[in-house]
Amino acid sequence: MYYSSAFKLGKDVCMEMLGIIVIFVAMVALSIPLGKYIAKVYAGEVTFLDRIFHPVEKLIYRFLGVDAMCPMTWKQHLVALLTVNLLWFPLTMFVLMNQNWLPLNPDHIAAMSPDLAFHSTISFITNCFQQHYSGETGMSYFSQIFIMFPLFFLTPAVTMSAMAVVFNALKGRATDKLRNFYYYYVRSILWILLPISFVTAIIFLFNGMPMTLQGAHTFTTLQGDTMYVARGPIAAFESIKMLGLDGGGFFGANSAHPFENPNFFTNMIENIFHMLLPVATVFALGFYLNRKKLAWMIFGVMTLGFILLLIPAMNAELKGNPAITQMGINNSMGNMEGKEIRFGTTASAFWSITATSSMNGAVNCMHDSFMPISGGMQMLGIMVNTLYGGVGTGVLGFFIAIILAVFIGSLMIGRSAQFLGKKVGMREIKITMIITLLHPFLSLVGTALACSFPTLTTPTLNNPGFHGFSEMIYEYASASSADGSGFEGLGDNTPWWNITCGFIILFGRYLPIIGAVAIAGMLAGKQYIGDSAGTIKTDNATFGLLVFSLIFVVTALAFFPALAVGPIAEHFSIVTH
Amino acid sequence: MKRNRKEGLFKSDLVFEAIKQSFIKLNPKNQFRNPVMFTVEIGTFVMMVVCAWILAGEKSQGSFIYNLTIFLILLLTLLFANFAEALAEARGKAQAASLRKTREDTPAKRIQILGEIFLNEIHIVPSSQLVKGDMFICETGDIIPTDGEIIEGIATIDESAITGESAPVVRESGGDKSSVTGGTKVLSDKIKVRVTTEPGESFLDKMIALVEGASRQKTPNEIALTILLAGFTLVFIIVCITLQPFASYAKTPIPISAYISLFVCLIPTTIGGLLSAIGISGMDRALRANVIAKSGKAVETAGDLDVLLLDKTGTITIGNRKATNFYAAKGVDKDHLIKCAVMSSMADETPEGKSIIELGGINPQSLQVDNPTFIKFTAETRSSGIDFGNTQIRKGAYDAMKNKVEKAGNMFPAGTIEDVKKISSNGGTPLVVLENNVVLGVIELQDIIKTGIFERFERLRKMGVKTVMVTGDNPLTAKYIAEKAGVDDYIAEAKPEDKMAYIRKEQATGKLVAMMGDGTNDAPALAQADVGVAMNSGTSAAKEAGNMVDLDNDPTKLIEIVEIGKQLLMTRGTLTTFSIANDVAKYFAIVPALFITSIPALQRINIMNLHSPSSAILSAIIFNAIIIPMLIPLALKGVAYKPIGASALLRRNLLVYGLGGILVPFIGIKLIDMLVALCM
Repeated sequence: MYYSSAFKLGKDVCMEMLGIIVIFVAMVALSIPLGKYIAKVYAGEVTFLDRIFHPVEKLIYRFLGVDAMCPMTWKQHLVALLTVNLLWFPLTMFVLMNQNWLPLNPDHIAAMSPDLAFHSTISFITNCFQQHYSGETGMSYFSQIFIMFPLFFLTPAVTMSAMAVVFNALKGRATDKLRNFYYYYVRSILWILLPISFVTAIIFLFNGMPMTLQGAHTFTTLQGDTMYVARGPIAAFESIKMLGLDGGGFFGANSAHPFENPNFFTNMIENIFHMLLPVATVFALGFYLNRKKLAWMIFGVMTLGFILLLIPAMNAELKGNPAITQMGINNSMGNMEGKEIRFGTTASAFWSITATSSMNGAVNCMHDSFMPISGGMQMLGIMVNTLYGGVGTGVLGFFIAIILAVFIGSLMIGRSAQFLGKKVGMREIKITMIITLLHPFLSLVGTALACSFPTLTTPTLNNPGFHGFSEMIYEYASASSADGSGFEGLGDNTPWWNITCGFIILFGRYLPIIGAVAIAGMLAGKQYIGDSAGTIKTDNATFGLLVFSLIFVVTALAFFPALAVGPIAEHFSIVTH
Repeated sequence: MKRNRKEGLFKSDLVFEAIKQSFIKLNPKNQFRNPVMFTVEIGTFVMMVVCAWILAGEKSQGSFIYNLTIFLILLLTLLFANFAEALAEARGKAQAASLRKTREDTPAKRIQILGEIFLNEIHIVPSSQLVKGDMFICETGDIIPTDGEIIEGIATIDESAITGESAPVVRESGGDKSSVTGGTKVLSDKIKVRVTTEPGESFLDKMIALVEGASRQKTPNEIALTILLAGFTLVFIIVCITLQPFASYAKTPIPISAYISLFVCLIPTTIGGLLSAIGISGMDRALRANVIAKSGKAVETAGDLDVLLLDKTGTITIGNRKATNFYAAKGVDKDHLIKCAVMSSMADETPEGKSIIELGGINPQSLQVDNPTFIKFTAETRSSGIDFGNTQIRKGAYDAMKNKVEKAGNMFPAGTIEDVKKISSNGGTPLVVLENNVVLGVIELQDIIKTGIFERFERLRKMGVKTVMVTGDNPLTAKYIAEKAGVDDYIAEAKPEDKMAYIRKEQATGKLVAMMGDGTNDAPALAQADVGVAMNSGTSAAKEAGNMVDLDNDPTKLIEIVEIGKQLLMTRGTLTTFSIANDVAKYFAIVPALFITSIPALQRINIMNLHSPSSAILSAIIFNAIIIPMLIPLALKGVAYKPIGASALLRRNLLVYGLGGILVPFIGIKLIDMLVALCM
């Protein structure tokens, strides 16, 4: 044991607490100016990076042969979005299945099996980055650099463009002419993702992350064994992996690996990045639409949900496993199983909740080893899917929740529904309901199928019983929400998991984007009506409470029976014994 | 609006009829329109099959009695929901029947244009034989057989059968008061009427069909809400179906009855069961306010209105101006002014004239006038008065009087000019009084703003409704009255086209506009408005153009209509919230009950400490069933609307129906469980 006295520990927990408070405060402090900047970028206003990127932007448009100034309808926008995104499907499939003979493969990594390649491809192009392989043994440098690395930039740009066009559609006017998809797409990459990740990569480099194309380092240990230390161009990878909420690790251990996350400082930066873009885009909405109070309402509801997930998780981790305490073992460090000593209990618990409430999916510890309640909170974050949520998709998901709340709330005050000066009608409600039930549908049906074919799934479970159930539902919820983290422990590289998760990621990713853009596009086409004293106010605490309650009752409670069979049953079994 | 208000919700004959209908409505064809209750019906059917299966010897599903109980409770849930709808319909029907009584076949004196012997013979036919375009006559004591328009004559008519108002009204040909309604009674004189509607198509007939629910179509908002509820139902179908594999993974056999119970509890049956009752009773409430809405959509739109166009006269001010003050000219005795003013008004039958006498406080009979000649008001002279002996007294408009005085070579006193200006700028009308072309002083006539109207407009403002006063007055007077009454805007010197233009302008910015009108020239604007309320006394063109008809001819009715519309939407919204919020407690009742036998640890989430798994499930579905009839009064009466601003109202309703919706079932289920435990 590292610490001998309880006093030292108490002091240490305080320091760790301080650490996470600093992370959170720094994240919010960075998000607000970043949100303002993002709003400017999408509105086409002047920014300090224009001089560098304007020529590049023009060059790209010429290369792509598009007129980015030409407006698009919401349908055209979606077609462009899906085309740009899905073009990567055949390319990625090809590379992953042929990486064995392609160049830049010093460690002679084998080609992926078709089902693994299918899963990985879908998972990459959707920004989910759920990995059923380990990077150091499953991906060549070529695949990492020419597939994963560009997709780290391109896939968050896709969702950011969808979000930007929703912003654009919600501006108070009646039009079907929305800004061009390519305009937002290229700007998201050049003005937002590239500069921030570039600066961060340099910081990471100075903190000792490797940046090399040489193969694994080999040396002989004192015992005479040969040891391989995998490495690669990690610093550049890591910054965009975190910023873009991609979360796909270079190594299987992800950010628990010392090359991906060497010290507490990089841990803090990476943790800030978990939430930075999701929160900044919320503020960007406020700046873009000039409705700052609305942004604060959204941020407030998200934060409330986040804290409600965080507190039980941290509490459970700090207390540690009561079964171990009963055995008379000093458990005062909390539950350290599966955690890195250099991060500690608190920061790891905090990370796990940020990773699952934002849809990053990068891990710095083993979620499978968390206490059942913490695991349940991680799952709930993924299940709710909008407490910060992914880049762009977080705001889009919340937008859907707002439409639902606006409809019910307006009825409650005797009005028909209206949001940002637009009447919400039957068609919007129809889409809203489909999207609302999609995520429970995919996660629950997936898990139900897995339970129904025990011959295919039971051997892959690391634990029997309730915990095994948690492993399954976590996997599907993570796939459906594009979080991409794994509870792990699950032997997920089998055709069953690869194929089912692949399809669930696909539906779970694109349908909500299509739905949200469609609703916004339809609203944009409607007549703009100002707000009056009788219309519902969406930018105050009362409405926030309504949205929060709806998210809780509709989304979270749909998972309640499943959670009861998994983490809740496990938790009470441990406590009662 | 005075009738029927005090009737109880549960009159025995209505209840009896509703109970009968509840069973008839079990027909799946009927239930299919309502996806929530339709799934409950399927669940009930499945339970019936399970009961039969157990009788056939199946052992895995628990006892027969238990399953039968669940089947019966589910059946009861369906019946309760049907009962709510049937009761709303029965109430509508009763209301309609009382209207229909007035439409029973009455003899009509039809004019046969080309008779057997003469032209224009009069034949007595039953009213049902009258078709559009026919003409009939009505004399003193006749019941008017059907809706029509007077083309000849004038009559006083007792409309109490329709409006409940006992004072007779005057109807005459031409002008805006030419319309008569079937079922009303001619008290004096004789009129010739042209039939304006086909038999069975008059407003009343349409209305009767609407409240009876026969021709009720779902409104857009109701459809949207149905979609929402169907969506929730689907979520819970998924939750319950996927639970089966989860349970088999956890090696927990769950009987079919438990799945069905969980499902029925989770889907929004409360609002689903009450939804159509709410819609019907919205129409019914409008009818109780003596407003005939031509569609449910019109009532719903009323709740959403942004702008109300209100006629000044009758709505904001009491019909007529009143004298409020006398201002004597310099050197004139005020009593003399008053005496002359009264004399000039002796023969003045106008309400203004009468009010001058009233204010003067002198009995005109007591004044000595020899051989008087009364001069009537004409548009040319713009004055009226009296001549007797050598005295000539006139009262009239300022500029006309000024001309007259100056022509006679007299001075118009500066002090009086001041008075005139002051009166005008205060929204009043000055009448200058002359005696032999010498100015005596001014009478101030004021519009009397109805008491309480300021508060009503304040109330509307808090609802987010903008009020616009429409008046023929000059802008100065209009502005003054507008400010005093508290309306937001006004249209002065308004012509019918101005109303139309104003409505178009507001609609162009996406606002919903309502207006009330009675004249033929109001018809285009009534048609243009989102809610056009025609007065029943108005022309048939106006009634045809509007989408509501006010039987009371009460211009302030618009305000009431807005509240009825809001109530309709609010009742839907709050009960939806209540229904969804109920799920929290139901989860906590049923989920532990499902797993407790095989996962004893889950006893810890049995936070209500319910007696046993089967008592928990029973209590949850019993609660789910009985909450429906308990909320019927609320659904039929509507949630009270409080104009306290959108956010405060939302906060209040969230607290009452949201938080209440979470807490009530915890208490209710626990209490029921205690009772059930006693029986087990």
